[in-house]
This record gives sequence, C-alpha cells and structure tokens, in this order.
Amino acid sequence: MTECKPLLQLRGVSKTYADNTVLDTLDLTIYDGEFLTLLGPSGCGKTTVLRIIAGFEKEDQGQVMLDENDISILKAEHRPVNTVFQSYALFPHMSVYDNIAFGLLMHKVPKAEINERVLEALSMVRLESFAQRKPDQLSGGQQQRVAIARAVVNRPRLLLLDESLSALDYKLRQEMQIELKRLQRQLNITFVYVTHDQEEALSMSDRIVVLNKGKVQQIGTPREIYETPINLFVARFIGEINQFDGHVVRRIDDKHVEVLAEGADWVVQTDHPFVADDKVHVLLRPEDVRLTKPQLAEGTVHIEGHIHECNYKGKTLDSYIRLSSGTNVIASEFFDEDDPDFDYRLGQKVALQWITGWEVVLPYEQTI
Amino acid sequence: MNKQFNQFRFWAIGLATSWLALFVLVPSLMVLVVSFLTRDVDFLIKFEFSLAGWESVFDPNFIALLWDSLSMSMITAVICLMVAYPFVMCLMGLPQRWRGIVLFLLIVPFWTNSLVRIYAIQFLLGKKGLINEALQFIGLIDKPLDMLYSQFAVIFGLSYILLPFMILPIYSSMERLDFRLLDAAKDLGATTKQRLLRITLPLTLPGIIAGFLMVVLPAMGMFFVSDLLGGSKHALLGNVIKNQFIQTRDWPFGAALSVLMILLLSFMLWLYYRATKMSNREGGINDSNF
Repeated sequence: MTECKPLLQLRGVSKTYADNTVLDTLDLTIYDGEFLTLLGPSGCGKTTVLRIIAGFEKEDQGQVMLDENDISILKAEHRPVNTVFQSYALFPHMSVYDNIAFGLLMHKVPKAEINERVLEALSMVRLESFAQRKPDQLSGGQQQRVAIARAVVNRPRLLLLDESLSALDYKLRQEMQIELKRLQRQLNITFVYVTHDQEEALSMSDRIVVLNKGKVQQIGTPREIYETPINLFVARFIGEINQFDGHVVRRIDDKHVEVLAEGADWVVQTDHPFVADDKVHVLLRPEDVRLTKPQLAEGTVHIEGHIHECNYKGKTLDSYIRLSSGTNVIASEFFDEDDPDFDYRLGQKVALQWITGWEVVLPYEQTI
Repeated sequence: MNKQFNQFRFWAIGLATSWLALFVLVPSLMVLVVSFLTRDVDFLIKFEFSLAGWESVFDPNFIALLWDSLSMSMITAVICLMVAYPFVMCLMGLPQRWRGIVLFLLIVPFWTNSLVRIYAIQFLLGKKGLINEALQFIGLIDKPLDMLYSQFAVIFGLSYILLPFMILPIYSSMERLDFRLLDAAKDLGATTKQRLLRITLPLTLPGIIAGFLMVVLPAMGMFFVSDLLGGSKHALLGNVIKNQFIQTRDWPFGAALSVLMILLLSFMLWLYYRATKMSNREGGINDSNF
C-alpha cells in the first residue's frame, strides 16, 4: 500500500433486517491497491458490507462513494466491482473458458480481446489446460481459481472476496492464501476480503477491519490489531490471550503504572491516562509468557501457579497453568531441545514472567 | 441386512414387477403383436401375419393427420410454456410458505374430472357462452364469435387441462436453480434479460423439456377434448386410435398407431434424459445421485 488514495468510502451506512440491525452507521475507507480484510464472527455484518459494496443489497441509510462519486444508485451489474463468492457460484452449464469470458461478453468486449484476456486470466491462475472442462470436473481449489479468474478478468476497481477460502482444506487454503497475495500484488487491484478466520486475516492483509455487531471495533495493520488491541473483543477474537483483572495502585511515570492483580504488584506499560483505583484488564499473549522455576524468579515480579495441563503442539508446548486465584493461564513456548528441564510435570509449581511492555492494558469493561 | 428386510424387499419389488409385467408389458406386447396381424371384419383380427396395419400408418393422408395432431399438441405445449414460465418466475418471488399455497390452489381444480371441465369449457366458448355474452355486453362485438368446434377450442381446452403438467416440472427445476448464480451473473454485468437467457433458461431447460413431454404426449391422446370442443373435425392421434378400435374396427392399424405413439414417447424420454444429463450436472438429476 504505497499510495493512500481513498478508492471506496462507506459513509454512515446502516442496514436493518426486520428489527435486527446488521450495520450500525458504519464508516469505512478503502484505499486504492490495498488488501483489506473484514474480520468478525458470523453475524457481525461483514458479508452485508460486501453485498452493499457489490450492490446486491441496498443500504437503509448512508452512502457508498467510489472515487468521490455516489454509487448507491448504481445497480450491481453496472458497478466496477466483482465478487468471488463463497460458494464460487460457477455456472455449471458453461466450460471454464465460458465462465471466465462471461463478464467480458456481457460488457460487449470485442471477441479477439475476450479470447486474449481469458487466456491471460487462465494462465494467471495456472489453469490453461482446463479451459474446456466443466466446473464439476474440477477440484475445489481449481474451482476457486476459476472463480478468481472470472472476477479479475474484468479488471474491477475492487475485488470482493466472500469467505472465499473457507471451503478448502487446511493445506490448500494456505497455498491459496499465498496465491491470492501474489495475484493481488501482480494485478494491483484492491482486494476486500471477508473472513471469520483470524489467522487468514493476519497473514494476508495490509489492513484489518474488526467488526462486531455491525460496528467497527478496530482498524489497523495485522500487527497493530494483534499487538495493541483496543478492546477486549478484539483482544479475544484475534488469537488467544490471557486476561487478568486488577486495579491501578499508583502511577509510576507517564508510561508506567503499578497494578495489583492476582495478589501481586505488577509494573505495566500503558499510554492510557489511568489514575489510582481505576479498574483495568491486563492482557498477555500466551507466547509472551515465560515459565521458570519459582526459586529462579525470586526477587523479580512474577506470579505463581501449577501446571494443570500440557498440550504438545509440534512447534510449541502449550502449558495450562492454574493460579491460586483460580484464573487459568496459557503459556505457549517454543521447544528448546537443549534444555533438559523443558518438559513440565503436571502439578509442578511454576513462576510466570514476561517482559514489561509486552502486555496490553485496557480499561475495565463490563463483562461481555 | 436382516432376513425380514430381505423378505420384505422380495415381496415389495416382486409385487410391483409382476403388476407391471401383467398389466403393462403383456398388453403392450399384445398390441405390438396385433399390429402385425390381419384385419377381420367378424372376429376383429385373424392370426395371420400382415403389414397392412403398418402400411396404413405410412399412408400420406394419415401422415397429414398425424402432422396435424402433432402440431396442435406442440402449439398447446408452447402456449402452456408461455404461461407457465412467467408464472413460475413470479411464484419464485413469493415467500416459500406462499408458494405451496399457490401450487395447491393450482391443483385444486384438477380434482374435478377433466371430462366435466371440458363440458364447462363448452359452455364458456359456446355461441351463448359466457365469453360471447360478456364481449357483446361491453360492445366489443355485435354477433357471437364462432369459437366452439374449432382448432382454437381444442387447443384452448388442451392448454387448460395440461397447464399444471408444464408448471410443476418447471417449478421443480426452478427450485433447484442456485440463485447465487444469478447474483454472480449480475455481478459480472449481466442485465435482467441476459440473466434470463444465459443462466435461468439453460439451467431450467430440463424442466421445460419435461413439461413439454408431459403436455405433448397427453395432448395427442386426449380424444375427448377433440370430440367435445373440436366437433371431431380436428382429430388428435388419440381420436384416430380410438376410432380404429371402436368404429372402423381396424385393430391392426390402431395397434400400429399405438406402437408408434409409444415409440414417440420413448424418443422424447430419451431426449429428456440427454438434456438433463447435459445441463444439470451439478446437483439435481445426476447419475451419481441415483
């Protein structure tokens, strides 16, 4: 995302079905050439955003602006936007070639140019030899690629992808993620990708929009979203996170406060203007937690607990620790093959530590 | 699989098979045999090989009649299609719950015997019928139109009787149509007309063909419609067959005609099979689903 020219803007878009508010005065700017992901749990309104941009649904309120022009009044068939559907929606009675040529044919592109562009699109998704097949003679991954080719061949300003990889198995999905990134760079088309899979969102996007209950929760780069979530919903939805509830004891300096949680005094780093007695959540990613023997941690800030379950994950060892207060904590550590003490016994007493500054401190939220 | 189930299966399939063999296969074979026998005035048929029945089939006069019957059936089917297709498209716009009710209402009149309903059409179309009276009343015409006992009346009657047989197969194929495909077509720039011609029509073609079969074939056989509304001037294949057996008493010819009709039916069923195989590969009727 080199240039930051806004391509599409949603301004105060609302959508209600019966009495169910799906989108609540949503504002969103999509920049030219970026890979933007709409991430959220099912029912958060992300697909509705896509359908409104594509023109399949009409917003109740607000505007959809493309290059500063209001396209709310344009029908779906006249918008310079194409969609890759979750179900692919390939035309079963047409060959791969005819599927891809469909959009160009509808736009009355000259025959010779159609042929050229379809072949180009086919080679882009590496399906040259499948041109004459029918969709049902293709594997899921191949159908997916045809669906992408059918959309990008029209050179849309904006390509919308609706959970497009969710029907594929894990390995294929990872391949397609890389393929999609490659295509996006190669074509320099703006991609708007909808998913509920946070891993997918983190690995592909330039920016992520986290949606919940029809409202934007946070917009940012994958790194911002993961490392500095701005509320509990974002923190919990993206990756796993340990949550400790406590309150501020005193302010140390303009970047640090002392927090009492789990019966210990913690020094935490925050930009938020907390004052004494503010209730806070301290959040720690499992991979930021360090486990040591209690005797080694003496004299430093730490909390103690017992190993309650160990889960071998291949790359990492996930340990579930129960603190004396009853709080459960997950610690995810990389294997150190040279460390003979690495494995834990169940019930073993351990000390939890982390590097100050890696935690996230959020103002207290009413229980969600 | 337990023994009881096996026994049940044996009896269930056995009974149906013997029923069909006894009351469909054997009579059909008898008809086939009769078509190759000799006509006899006193005993209807003589057990002597003859091709006379089949020769009459290829008589130019008869071919003209057959053509007449076929074209009337085809026109009926086309009319039914033109009414049924838009009807089904409107029906699809209704909520699921309403569709069932509308289809039910469509079927209700067909619980009445079709003969009775044809008599009703006679009253409608007659010189002093409802339509003529109404038209005269609003002053569109001075003297009653001659509608009854015409080709128009026959086609009208056939279309009325057979319309549901066009609607139901089209509805069932329309219901199988994945409406996301229409969204996809719209997304790719297809206008309403282009979506209809390039997506909806090709994908519901099996339903259209099935509807055609279910209209054309009975339309050729419904002799009472032609008798009551066409005044026997516009004979259907069914009338000809009926006449051979009951009036002319030329059984071999009638049998040959019946065989011809069965062949025609088989040919159309084969066409239908091919069409569904070709255009409905994804889901619906598919070899692997059976």
